[in-house]
Amino acid sequence: MHAFRQILRIEARLYLRDLPTLLTIVGLPTMILVVLGLIPSLREPDPNFDGQNFVNYFAPSLLVVTLAMVGVNTMPMALATYRERGVLRRLATTPAHPGALLAAQLVVALAAILASALLLIIVGRLAFGVPLPEHPLGFALAFVLGTAALLALGLLVAAVARTTKAAQALAVPLFLLTMFFGGVYLPRFLLPDAVARIGDYTPPGVQALLDAWTGPSPQPLHLAIMAVIAVTAGAGAAKLFRWE
Amino acid sequence: MPVIEVTHLKKRYGDLVAVDDVSLTVEAGEIFGVLGPNGAGKTTTVECVAGLRVPDGGGVSVLGLDPRRDAAQLRQRVGVQLQESQLPDRLRVAEALELYASFYRNPADPAALIDKLGLGEKRNTAYKKLSGGQKQRLSIALALVGNPEIAILDELTTGLDPQARRDTWGLIEQVRDSGVTIVLVTHFMEEAERLCDRIAVIDRGRVVALDTPTGLVSAVAPEQRVRFRPSAPVDDRLLTDLPEVSDVRRTGGQVVVTGTGDLLHAVTSVLARHQIVAADLRLEQSTLDDAFVELTGHRPVD
Repeated sequence: MHAFRQILRIEARLYLRDLPTLLTIVGLPTMILVVLGLIPSLREPDPNFDGQNFVNYFAPSLLVVTLAMVGVNTMPMALATYRERGVLRRLATTPAHPGALLAAQLVVALAAILASALLLIIVGRLAFGVPLPEHPLGFALAFVLGTAALLALGLLVAAVARTTKAAQALAVPLFLLTMFFGGVYLPRFLLPDAVARIGDYTPPGVQALLDAWTGPSPQPLHLAIMAVIAVTAGAGAAKLFRWE
Repeated sequence: MPVIEVTHLKKRYGDLVAVDDVSLTVEAGEIFGVLGPNGAGKTTTVECVAGLRVPDGGGVSVLGLDPRRDAAQLRQRVGVQLQESQLPDRLRVAEALELYASFYRNPADPAALIDKLGLGEKRNTAYKKLSGGQKQRLSIALALVGNPEIAILDELTTGLDPQARRDTWGLIEQVRDSGVTIVLVTHFMEEAERLCDRIAVIDRGRVVALDTPTGLVSAVAPEQRVRFRPSAPVDDRLLTDLPEVSDVRRTGGQVVVTGTGDLLHAVTSVLARHQIVAADLRLEQSTLDDAFVELTGHRPVD
């Protein structure tokens, strides 16, 4: 536990030291929100979105940006790099377990995701009147499960990829798919209905986030699917993960 | 008193036999070299000693403990420097040492260790900004920060320039003088010859010789050559009659005498008796290089 705390302290420091990446992860969704929010027509109620304005409707998709960047991109890449460069192996020769480093990576990833989400929600509320999530509990649940599902997929990538190049080759398409089905590239009302429905079930489950934020409560099925993905991918990653 | 005992160690990866049959003991306080061509099984052997791999057969005992069963205890008492293991780019020298020191019950003072390893001016430098030699010294420091009784150092000076290599050797001698037993894996003859008290030569997964550097050379390649330019003509028979001499040749004005034992003394004595001065006198002895080639049939790298 002592070693874990020390490693976490150092990993947090290293995370903060990489300022460009940190700013992108934490700040990018809010920046996009601000740009969109400055366009007056996007703040008008629109029947396309059950009478909400576009900014409200699009906010959950902006959450997907950070979740995708951290979950299936920076976190697995960091772990793959640590393994390839022998950082994990070196740790295995000391009284500290390399698992502590993995856990520390997950904690800093979660912290970054949380910071990004809070910033988005707060700026959205204060600057553009985006309402706070209607169902705080449902929203928290959808957010936690969606995050867990994506991080588990990221861990699976880190587990099966032998090199950083291989990890990249897996992470990039996964990232693009997550962003696409999350309605980041094209708002989901522009996507064919079938594609948008697929997006309900791909991590992090943007429909559940939207439902909990602005509409009715999230559907149990959407949440259950995220839980199943999180557990399955997580177990797979635990089984396949190599320290060297 | 042996601190490491390896008996009939075996380790295979699939069809590849990495270690076939290795037995050796390392005594407290010595620098023990593990020498061999690439792929001979050196690294696998020390990884089994370090508890990083499970042997398929044979026994390993370190400080009287089992590297797998007593892993937690041994990690406190054995420092390991692995081949090609790096640190995160943005981690600074002092941070790395303080972090590693925090893992041990009885660590060395990181600041003092940084100074001792000549990294004082680099304590706040990020890992990626260090030179090869500085990275290597940091890596050695990490292996020593837990105040280990045994330090296992794998391919210590690979990739270093000659000056950095010599500095590192000096450092290793200091560490040994402070009472740490050192296991040094290397494929550099010069390094093994300079540093090691005893050397195990490993080839194709087996120990083919185990002795002091001098012992290895004289057992395997005992021939010496004496070259000189005589001040007056020398009759070959003067030299060939000596029991130490096996061969006499002439190249240009030079005489080259090959033999064993105390060859130099025998040759110079006979020349002195005949009032011949030997100019440009040189003694050429076999080196560990020659012994290595004899033992393994491989030409050493570099």
